[in-house]
Amino acid sequence: MCKTCGCSDDSRPTLTNLETGRVVALDERHDHDHGHDHVHSHRHDHAGPSTATIALETAVLAKNDRLADRNRGWLADRGILALNLVSSPGAGKTTLLERTIRDLGGEISISVVEGDQETLNDAERIQATGCRVVQINTGTGCHLDAAMLAKGLDELDPPRGSVVLIENVGNLVCPALFDLGERAKVVIASVTEGDDKPLKYPHMFRASSLLILNKIDLLPHVSFDLAHFLKHARAVNPALRVVRVSATRGDGLEGWYDWLRSRSP
Amino acid sequence: MHELGIAQEIVSIVVEHAAGARVVRVVLEIGKLAAVLPDAVRFCFDLCAEDTPLEGASLVIIETPGRARCRACGNELTFDRPFGRCPCGETDLEWLAGAELKVKEFEIIDV
Repeated sequence: MCKTCGCSDDSRPTLTNLETGRVVALDERHDHDHGHDHVHSHRHDHAGPSTATIALETAVLAKNDRLADRNRGWLADRGILALNLVSSPGAGKTTLLERTIRDLGGEISISVVEGDQETLNDAERIQATGCRVVQINTGTGCHLDAAMLAKGLDELDPPRGSVVLIENVGNLVCPALFDLGERAKVVIASVTEGDDKPLKYPHMFRASSLLILNKIDLLPHVSFDLAHFLKHARAVNPALRVVRVSATRGDGLEGWYDWLRSRSP
Repeated sequence: MHELGIAQEIVSIVVEHAAGARVVRVVLEIGKLAAVLPDAVRFCFDLCAEDTPLEGASLVIIETPGRARCRACGNELTFDRPFGRCPCGETDLEWLAGAELKVKEFEIIDV
């Protein structure tokens, strides 16, 4: 095991291009590329060794935020809309993507960056729709970060004026903290998860611009209180837009497509 | 468990600025709304500090509260979670502070 961050040597992040089969190792997390801030120090002369305090006031995520800004500029230069899709595992992100690509593929140019700890399963499902896709495997990592996305975008090489949908690692906690440079986060929840998710994971619901409530065809079979769920979601984020869909049956998808169309280049 | 990556980032920021000096204390500021657990950072910090100039350094975490202003009545309130309700009934809040996640300072042995 790596002593620095606990990762094992065979679970480093990788990037796979499904079209070419090329696999690239992503070792950004071991880089030490911090900006040099202006620092102040003052001495302490106690008994024992003399020490000096150095004031930093440096944001811990400053490096990620810098790289996210770079991605944002890269995307803006090419007129590309990038959306960061986040949810717990199994909420239906990949199914929603497959359906979206099939329904809108002729109208909007879409490509996909897939994020998972392991396997190419999701990327293979996306590839089967005829869509261009790269897969990032984060190994022990629990979220995508801006450095990973930069490599993913390089490899994907999305056309100008297109849409890039980024499927983050299934996790309602960590991806909320890591800006990738996307235009907006879209959180997907499903009625099989329980109606208190917005209160349990407020950071993610707060960081998102759109909430897609999936699997509404299962509402008659589960004890999910829709009114409670919506109340909780709005308490956490009063500006959150909500659409209710069934990605398998197709209900409500026009609401999502309209939202996407109105932001597409 | 993003705290592992965060602890690693903290160590590498301090290692770089310490320029080889031995570090005996690191002071962090973690806001109550930062979605980062201080105890988890503490747990990971010692592991990440091993074999670096920070090995054995003490970690001081200053937790700052979440502060918000009610958009309806202008009342300033304190919260320890990223949502809440003003006594006037409004839930639309302008968040002022509490999302901080930074290395404030560190102490080195002066040689």
